[in-house]
Amino acid sequence: MSEVTLEIDGKKVTAEEGTTILEAARCAGIEIPTLCYHRALSPYGGCRICTVEIFRGRRSRLVTSCVYPAEDGLVVNTKSDNVIRDRKVLIELMLAKAPKAKAIQDLAREYGIKETRFKTEDPDNLCILCGMCARVCEERVGVSAINFVGRGVERDVKTPYQGTVDIDFDVCIACGSCASICPTGAIKLEDITAKKPAPILSEFEMGLDSRAPIYIPFPQAIPNVATLDRSQCVHFATGKCRICEEICGADAINFEQEDEVIEIEVGTIIVATGYDQFDPSVIPQYGYRRYDNVITGLEFERLSCAAGPTEGKILLKDGRQPESVALVHCVGSRDQNYHEYCSRVCCMYALKYAHLAKELAGADVYQFYIDMRCFGEGYEEFYKRCSEEGVNFIRGKVAKVTDEAITDEEKGKLIVVSEDTLLGKMVRVPVDMVVLCSALEARSDAEDVAKLLTINRRADGFFLERHVKLDPVATPTDGVFIAGCCEAPRDIPDTVAQAEATAGKALSLISKGTVTLEAAISTIDESICHGCGRCEEICTFSAPKVADKDGKLVSSINEALCKGCGSCAVVCPTGAVSIRHFTQDEILAQVSALTEAK
Amino acid sequence: MAEFEPQIIAFCCNWCTYAAADLAGTSRVQYPANVRIVRVMCSGMVNPIYVLKAFEGGTDGVLIAGCHLSDCHYIDGPTKCDEAVEKMRKTLHVLGLEDGRLRREMVAASEGVFFAKVIREMVEELKKLGPSPFKTKMEAPA
Repeated sequence: MSEVTLEIDGKKVTAEEGTTILEAARCAGIEIPTLCYHRALSPYGGCRICTVEIFRGRRSRLVTSCVYPAEDGLVVNTKSDNVIRDRKVLIELMLAKAPKAKAIQDLAREYGIKETRFKTEDPDNLCILCGMCARVCEERVGVSAINFVGRGVERDVKTPYQGTVDIDFDVCIACGSCASICPTGAIKLEDITAKKPAPILSEFEMGLDSRAPIYIPFPQAIPNVATLDRSQCVHFATGKCRICEEICGADAINFEQEDEVIEIEVGTIIVATGYDQFDPSVIPQYGYRRYDNVITGLEFERLSCAAGPTEGKILLKDGRQPESVALVHCVGSRDQNYHEYCSRVCCMYALKYAHLAKELAGADVYQFYIDMRCFGEGYEEFYKRCSEEGVNFIRGKVAKVTDEAITDEEKGKLIVVSEDTLLGKMVRVPVDMVVLCSALEARSDAEDVAKLLTINRRADGFFLERHVKLDPVATPTDGVFIAGCCEAPRDIPDTVAQAEATAGKALSLISKGTVTLEAAISTIDESICHGCGRCEEICTFSAPKVADKDGKLVSSINEALCKGCGSCAVVCPTGAVSIRHFTQDEILAQVSALTEAK
Repeated sequence: MAEFEPQIIAFCCNWCTYAAADLAGTSRVQYPANVRIVRVMCSGMVNPIYVLKAFEGGTDGVLIAGCHLSDCHYIDGPTKCDEAVEKMRKTLHVLGLEDGRLRREMVAASEGVFFAKVIREMVEELKKLGPSPFKTKMEAPA
């Protein structure tokens, strides 16, 4: 595309042909005020505040720079007396139209206008009829839920037949683009649609904050790149928008990108798939999701984070600071109804939260515990420190959390009802916030992962190590190792130690470059094998494979995969499969010897 | 006449029950000496032929013991074993052998005491059932 050269405020500016004066000026760093212009929308020339003076020979004209094309040899003045005078009149007119609009008031101040000479019709009006809302809805969202109605002085922005016909024309998708693009705050979503905008809850912030459809999953994400949520993106809903594509300076947006399966050949696999949090709403008496201020440990973690939704302030749902906080231990763990195992990390993080609630909110803290398990280095000391800070420890399992007050003191509070087993009586503790220390449980997709990698799971769903004491990071499948909470609930120091052990195990295999096979594994007598494939069907480790060999179907064993469990020998109809050191003849001989010996 | 002492052949998985039997021994847990153990790598590798061979040889009871369901060194050996035992029971029924003569147990490596208990119970039951019908038939002509 050819280029044009023009002069703006005495500065030589080169721009691509077809760009407007406004764009050329902004590229050159020359600021021109605008109200109805947005780089994502088609230029409209509505507010005319971007008026500039152009000179051709001896003639000059006032034009709106947002629509006037940059032409070769054009001389532009953005701050001439004519321009300023023109803008001042425009600002006065808009000030009369929308006297309370902050964007107009700011402009008026900038141009030294104290009051308007024109008559104000509606002192509460904010709309300056810039049309950005209508344009974004039509051009970008592709819905056209609002547009201009009426002419002249009756011109207004409305939904189709708003209030005049009793038909539901509510095509709005409640995306909120119009309200967010409006320069004066005139557009309110509730005037346009009865639909409630549903914020997209941020997964990382545990739903305590919202996020955009295109977002970086969390700070320090690896890779630290944005991802697009197809289910929420307007482009995938209406085929329009694509604003992010235009705004992105790196040209990184790609709407056509699809999931792809990448195959990598490896010798070792480390499984570190983590855990799921037990959903405490399963225990109805604790009132999670029923009471606003009953939250989980992870939600409290986000509240206490300086980079979190409340910037590190411990706040109740109504924005107040809690005066008292109850921490309920063993929610879903050490409980025969849910998980019998100890979740291991909760005691310590509950102590951390107690400390934070005291420090950040100055709240009274009550810990409801079964046993305090402070097992690690420095943990007991921290427990002692929290006790000395005045945290109240109540030994007993919480029976219920309720808002039914029986005394004046309990009114408006959440009451934690529990037995104090040390006092031997029931206690009712009124608090503002209840934090449920929810159990760590095996991931919901652990079964699929286990099947995929032929590793085993314990009854509680976590992955099983080869030996609990002597081989704690290996699995029955050689070369597959497990680390972290996918194996059992564990805290950060333990996870790091285990991760390093796993990496070491993997490296020792890699640096060795060879694998030592089991001695007692399957062998196949090819002369009697029919190639029926029963061994292939029954094998958990996919060791036998039936293949054509010299025109005959026979099974063969992949010795690196075979573990020697012998199930193939049981199903083999011809006796072609046998296990070294445990052949059929050997065992039958043992059995005969034992029965005859009597 | 001396009291009938049944003979039991136990197929024990290398990883769990064989270790449990070992543990019972080293912990000096007392249990009847009627059992003869055949070590196999996995309860899932016990071929029905071995069981039939044992009964053919005149043994009074067979025990197949291995790991618990989620504890298997080979992931799903016990499941395969359970399926095989179901089939064996049908065959033994046709042959006229009582159900109690074939016992299937899951004994973990730490359950030495339980192993001893299983053997005691089995011996008691077999004493009630009496000698294997195969043995009496074979011994009758003599």
